[in-house]
Amino acid sequence: MSLNINNLSVSIAERQILKDFNLSVSRGEVHAIMGPNGTGKSTLAKALAAHPDYTVTGGTALLDGAEIIGLEPDAVARLGLFMAFQYPVEIPGVSIANFIRAALTARLKESGGDFSATAYYKALYAQMDALKIPREFTSRSVNVGFSGGEKKRCDILQMAMLKPSYAILDETDSGLDIDALRIVADGVNHMRGPGTGFVIITHYQRLLNYIKPDYVHVMYGGRIVKSGGAELALELEEKGYGWVEKEFGVLV
Amino acid sequence: MSSQTDDRSAQEKALAVERDVGNFSYETSYDFDAGKGLSERTIDYICDVKGEPDWMREFRKKALKVFNDKPMPSSWASPDLANIDFDRISYYMAKGRPSRSWDEVPDEVKKTFERLGVPEKERAFLAGVEAQFDSESSYSSMKEELAKQGVIFVSSSEGLMKHPEIFRQWFGKVIPIGDNKFSALNSAVFSGGSFIYIPKGVKLKQPLQAYFRINAEEMGQFERTLIIADEGAEMMYMEGCTAPQYETSALHSAVVELVALKGAKIQYVTVQNWSASVFNLVTKRGLALEDAEIRWIDCNIGSRLTMKYPAVVLRGERARGEVLSIALAHDGQHQDTGSKMIHAADNTSSNIVSKSISIGKGRATYRGMVQMPRHLKNCKNNTECDALLINTNSRTDTYPAIVVRGEGNSVQHEASVSKVSEEQIFYMQQRGIPEAEAMSLAVNGFVNDLVREFPMEYSVELRRLIDLEMEGSVG
Ligand SMILES: Nc1ncnc2c1ncn2[C@@H]1O[C@H](COP(=O)(O)OP(=O)(O)OP(=O)(O)O)[C@@H](O)[C@H]1O
Ligand SMILES: [Mg+2]
Repeated sequence: MSLNINNLSVSIAERQILKDFNLSVSRGEVHAIMGPNGTGKSTLAKALAAHPDYTVTGGTALLDGAEIIGLEPDAVARLGLFMAFQYPVEIPGVSIANFIRAALTARLKESGGDFSATAYYKALYAQMDALKIPREFTSRSVNVGFSGGEKKRCDILQMAMLKPSYAILDETDSGLDIDALRIVADGVNHMRGPGTGFVIITHYQRLLNYIKPDYVHVMYGGRIVKSGGAELALELEEKGYGWVEKEFGVLV
Repeated sequence: MSSQTDDRSAQEKALAVERDVGNFSYETSYDFDAGKGLSERTIDYICDVKGEPDWMREFRKKALKVFNDKPMPSSWASPDLANIDFDRISYYMAKGRPSRSWDEVPDEVKKTFERLGVPEKERAFLAGVEAQFDSESSYSSMKEELAKQGVIFVSSSEGLMKHPEIFRQWFGKVIPIGDNKFSALNSAVFSGGSFIYIPKGVKLKQPLQAYFRINAEEMGQFERTLIIADEGAEMMYMEGCTAPQYETSALHSAVVELVALKGAKIQYVTVQNWSASVFNLVTKRGLALEDAEIRWIDCNIGSRLTMKYPAVVLRGERARGEVLSIALAHDGQHQDTGSKMIHAADNTSSNIVSKSISIGKGRATYRGMVQMPRHLKNCKNNTECDALLINTNSRTDTYPAIVVRGEGNSVQHEASVSKVSEEQIFYMQQRGIPEAEAMSLAVNGFVNDLVREFPMEYSVELRRLIDLEMEGSVG
């Protein structure tokens, strides 16, 4: 089972950002995507998640065989795609506990399962403890007044609770202190296994020391220009993107 | 969702359908019907049918004159008021016989009752299929209990006839006839509404509900309620419900007067869900004596135009007044609400929290007034008004507190306007929550701290109603 992205082209505000983008992520795999600012990494994540500002002008994306392009964002999410935001949004008045609960019950409505409040809080507290999020956060409004790092951890908490089959983490490491980085990485590693495929968008090799990727891709000008193993990230860290531009600049 | 404009027109379409949900009426025949239009004859008809004493007949006729003489508020109020055709309104109808069956109630309405969890036995009444709400079973034990404590809880007509000594002492004293054009209209033709007296020191644990004694006559569009809490008494009154009701008239103009004597506490809770054709023009004011407390907790949903500014006159030292209000305006609706706090003694305090939600072309206006004359000492007011816009078409205006204040008094005023952003909705949808539900989460989040102040059963219904409203607001 895999997430298959074929020749995906995406524009925003009439400007084409992704061009014939291809990537296949199987459950159980961890793919890292690196690339210079503005190259379309977040665009990829948001287009897959069906953000209304992004228009898919061509290509397909199959999640375990089901086409997700053209679906509403919530339908894509319930099919199993999760996205941790580069900039998580604040939602005043909606507590973390109620929010995650609403997300879970939306899934249960579809599957016809029952919601148990005790089981829910047990699971929620366990995940919060693991992510070292104080329990009083359950009653705080989602992301409101959170520090940058707390927001990222809150996203990872949601991921842990919703158990997606594919998760795209968009610069989840940015803004994290050294301890938080390790905690978040532990959270991901804990979920790592045959059930979940990960796409990890990052600028820094450091995260990949904690989460060992199976593949590293270099994105440039709206497409993947080079793929390799974990060692590719080290190479990028060392050499920067200058050589990519030299080699692939003509494509842009 | 391809583009924003598509979105909006889809939304408007959805709204047009939604608006019809609360909008249903039938022909009804009445034993007593004053006919259409308003004149001295209308008033004589009402007084004769009700067998009212002469002083009331004079009061009503005086009010009619004031109503006719007073111009429509025009400089500040909505120009839509000019569209009320007073000659086409029926001012008094009583003892209606429904000539319809449950089968004739629109399916949409039935569904809404179900979704809101309106109890089975109340549905037929709300839908106008039964003239009388069969409340005897739930009410009789309570009635006994109340009688034992000396509480009077009757219709305003019964209050006038059976308890003239208390009724007359306070009736029309908190809100004089000429307060505004619509209080004059109400004073001329009122029928229905409650009269309540709570004796000294009696503290009611259960709220009194208009429901318990309501019948077709009392559904009237010109309700008049008078509540007196004697020294040290405490009570809560609840009116309205979240369910759509069949409409008997396009104009509702109620007057509610509260009197909290020394140390008394009155909480007046309103939840109203008007259909989109209704003008709802209400005058509500409470008088709080020494150490007394009056709280208006008010939720207005729907209507073509609502104008309502609950007030508290803080007449005695250390009196406290509070207005907590939620207003929700859909496309084509205008909620013009606010509050007045009139400080008239030292050491008085008041608090106003107003939250409005505008959806589509819905419009919400806040008007506040806080009076704190210079000669008073140590008075406090806190005003907070927040508006939430659901899309860019919405309009909200705040006319903040007009304040007169002397040294040593304090006034705090905060206002905010926020939007449910596309990014917030996307974030929630990305977690699997459907758009309409995401919208209601955001809206419920916005009003959460106020909804908590409503009695339990209302707050549950209120949340469900917000869910329903949001469902109708996305394409
Ligand atoms: N709403 C928008 N309107 C116009 N252009 C946009 C919008 N959002 C993104 N873009 C443009 O699309 C391009 C790709 O942006 P994207 O956010 O995908 O880059 P990125 O690879 O995630 O960059 P970074 O590493 O800085 O996060 C950028 O040039 C950006 O300016
Ligand atoms: Mg980015």
